[in-house]
Amino acid sequence: MAEGLLGKKVGMAQIFSEKGEAIPVTVLEVGPCFVTQIKTPENDGYSAVQMGFQETRHLTKPARGHLKNLPPLKHLLEVRTGGIENYQVGQKLNVSLFAQGDLVDVSGISKGKGHAGVVKRHHFGGGKKTHGQSDRMRRPGASGATTTPGRVLRGMRMAGQMGNRRATVLNLEVVQVDQERNLLAVKGAVPGAKDGLLFVRKARKEKKIPKHQPVAKKEK
Amino acid sequence: MDLVAAVTKPQAKTNVPELRPGDRVKVHTRIVEGDRERIQVFQGTVMRLRKGKGANGNFTVRRIATHGIGVERTFLLNSPRIEKIEVAGHTHVRRAQLYYLRGRHGKAARLREKRIGQAASEVAETPAAE
Repeated sequence: MAEGLLGKKVGMAQIFSEKGEAIPVTVLEVGPCFVTQIKTPENDGYSAVQMGFQETRHLTKPARGHLKNLPPLKHLLEVRTGGIENYQVGQKLNVSLFAQGDLVDVSGISKGKGHAGVVKRHHFGGGKKTHGQSDRMRRPGASGATTTPGRVLRGMRMAGQMGNRRATVLNLEVVQVDQERNLLAVKGAVPGAKDGLLFVRKARKEKKIPKHQPVAKKEK
Repeated sequence: MDLVAAVTKPQAKTNVPELRPGDRVKVHTRIVEGDRERIQVFQGTVMRLRKGKGANGNFTVRRIATHGIGVERTFLLNSPRIEKIEVAGHTHVRRAQLYYLRGRHGKAARLREKRIGQAASEVAETPAAE
């Protein structure tokens, strides 16, 4: 089976569980996606499935040629998979891939924050507000030592572009699936703005259980 | 239709009364203690209302507990843990959020009753008719 689908973010809401707890959810419009191309080891050197999402009226001529006999799709994405024999070009994939209680990973382009300083970007503490300090409230402080090593170590956290890059949130629980409207409600937040393109796949990594176990109470 | 509302709408309750700021209400909440369940009543004044899309809305009730200590509690309008909301009366208020009650106590925190029952229910019904 395909391990994922393309979709877009609709917005956040809260829904009630059977126990009566309010669960924060993000509503996603996922699929329907169409298989647009199948890459085979013979032809392309690797196996993958290319799928498309969201119909549009504006396509370039080459794109229209590529999507011959298919709906005009705005977004294409290739997913590497071993099981290409289960797919055919033109096949429709929809939200029924996911069921309530599944864990999914959601990738998207995070909201851009522009060129951000270290306080915002890396949660630095900044300088002191008082005790005679000036111009130092949101500065990073020192970036290294002296003559040894005489350079700034690689990967030193500094100011720069924040957000507007691909981000993935792992192991979100599927709370609700609405096949009629192609909607998926996942617990928690997903990257990006409303209407942003997302890739939703079945969770790849096992959910981590915190290493730190609660300390057992001493018997008296 | 709004797709967010499409997800939450089925959970919206039908027996939620039309609330307005300043209403005196009794909120019956279901409390689960282990495997026992009981109903607790929280009685006070509606201090603020937030409607939200679909079934997402909440309201805050303020009551004066013993020793004149103000207690505010926020409830989710459509929570299944709320058994019933009773409107016990309306008061005359000129704000949407009655935060000014926080700074007052005793006689200063009183609100004028809306005596004319007819007019009060008419006011309450107008938004529902839309």
